[in-house]
Amino acid sequence: MRTFLRDIWRDRTSYLMVAPFAICFFIFIVLPVLGAIGLSFTTYNMVQAPKFVGLANYVTLFTEDDIFMTHVLPNTFTFALLVGPGGYILAFFLAWLIAQLPGKIRTVLSLALYTPSMASGVAMSAIWLVVFSGDRVGYLNSFLLGLGVINEPINWVHSEQWLMPVMVIVTLWGSMGVGFLAMMAGILNVDPQLYEAGRIDGVKNRLQEIYYITIPSVKPQMLFGAVMSIVNTLQAGAIGVTLSGQNPTPQYAGQLILNHIDDFAFQRFEMGYAAAISVVLLFIVYFSSKLAWALFGEREDA
Amino acid sequence: MSKMDRTQIVLTIMLTGLAAFMLLPIVFIFMQAFKPLSELFLYPPRFYVMNPTLQNFTQLLMTVDAAVVPAVRYIFNSVVVSVVAVAVVVLVSTLASYALSKHQFRGRNMLLDLTIIALMFAPQAVLIPRYLIIQRLNLIDTYIAHILPFVAAPVSVFLLKQFIDQAPNELLDAARIDGANEWAIVFRVIMPICRPAVSTVALLTFQMVWNNMEPSIYFIENEALRTLPFFLGTLTSGLANNVAGQGAAAAASLLVFVPNLIFFLFQQSKVIQTMAHSGIK
Repeated sequence: MRTFLRDIWRDRTSYLMVAPFAICFFIFIVLPVLGAIGLSFTTYNMVQAPKFVGLANYVTLFTEDDIFMTHVLPNTFTFALLVGPGGYILAFFLAWLIAQLPGKIRTVLSLALYTPSMASGVAMSAIWLVVFSGDRVGYLNSFLLGLGVINEPINWVHSEQWLMPVMVIVTLWGSMGVGFLAMMAGILNVDPQLYEAGRIDGVKNRLQEIYYITIPSVKPQMLFGAVMSIVNTLQAGAIGVTLSGQNPTPQYAGQLILNHIDDFAFQRFEMGYAAAISVVLLFIVYFSSKLAWALFGEREDA
Repeated sequence: MSKMDRTQIVLTIMLTGLAAFMLLPIVFIFMQAFKPLSELFLYPPRFYVMNPTLQNFTQLLMTVDAAVVPAVRYIFNSVVVSVVAVAVVVLVSTLASYALSKHQFRGRNMLLDLTIIALMFAPQAVLIPRYLIIQRLNLIDTYIAHILPFVAAPVSVFLLKQFIDQAPNELLDAARIDGANEWAIVFRVIMPICRPAVSTVALLTFQMVWNNMEPSIYFIENEALRTLPFFLGTLTSGLANNVAGQGAAAAASLLVFVPNLIFFLFQQSKVIQTMAHSGIK
């Protein structure tokens, strides 16, 4: 005990330095996660005190919540697979292509691809709403009508059939963010001698080069990129509501887990139930990142 | 330039096409923001603006009505919140990542592991407990509610730590021999040599706070304390089938987007330099 306290006192500068971060980290990240887990075992309407109900929320979620099982969960998986791994592979591929080009062109192109990621979310909803506007004046409708591809204007963001594709395209458009830059920087830093050596050892074409040399060398950046892509996918979860302007989205076509949480928390004030959905979401995120770690991590225990 | 082979030329053309296509929506918002009302109502719609005007901006910024909060107020709030948040996050994250990188102390490894796990933390998933915490701390309707949640920034701490790891220990020891204490080392040695990472963290924080409308929705009830993205959100809701508001909304979108772009263009080389060290090992 004495040595423990002495250690603390000896390292007091270090503790002071990490304290502001550690305290905020605890209050705004650790505590909310614990809080969500705690609330998920209760019913709570923000007026009366929470009442303990055991696993009832989870049982309801998986056995009685038809909207969750038939719309929200399948939507989330479709969206997450296309935007997550899909966007990630696209980002790696584009980063690799751009890295093959000489310096000046490379910089300009990577800036151009990165720019949309700064315009994600609400900043650009004004664009999408005009482009995908449901009447003839909408740019996409007017363009397709002009080409004769369609005869009737399509109400893109309010249609059960089109809302999801629009969400995926808009999100992919803005997904060449920090992860993309990280992977490109990683690819550019691969020692050219490795490629030289590879050629001597019988690496025949570019694809083999990517598989045997580039990917193993860039693994740490790819892991960072993967983690960023998981976070971005999650953050994009509000896009359906932003585009269609309503929660729930039309016929639940664009309803993702995040919207379902919002719906129950801030419209029906069933905080306990909403918390149970958040816990499920946290689990999904945690296991996706475990998967990313298994694929790209070099450390077994992380 | 002269040394490009044929594959590179084909590749350049293809990627330039893609980049141009991806920039179309951005160009579009610029066009839209400067269109007079007559061109916004045009059918069929025209991409280019013929008679650019500042009408949308004046309409947006000059509307003063006692009943509603003027747009300038939202802009002011956004500027204050973003500037303070950037300063605080840079300071707090640099101090923490220096200690995590160069010091040994009890609990260091645990905090580091937690930080790395928290890289994938998305605050949206736990909005309810966050809201309850802000409420308990009596921070509803304060500027602090806009700022403090962002100070828990695992990505910033992680990026800075990866960069500080590269700083040679001999340099720090030399500074210590010259009589510098640990705080002086952070401000006089670490901050200057880690400029690229510090700039990157400043940029990422700015983008996150400047574009974020969540605190305004959930933690702020007083309209006069809400920020620009929230204001933009009110302008664009229900816009899909309404042409009249599109000019003002486009102008407001530009006001949100352009600061991001300018900040990034100034910092881009430093950002790419930092990202080379972003690998998780």
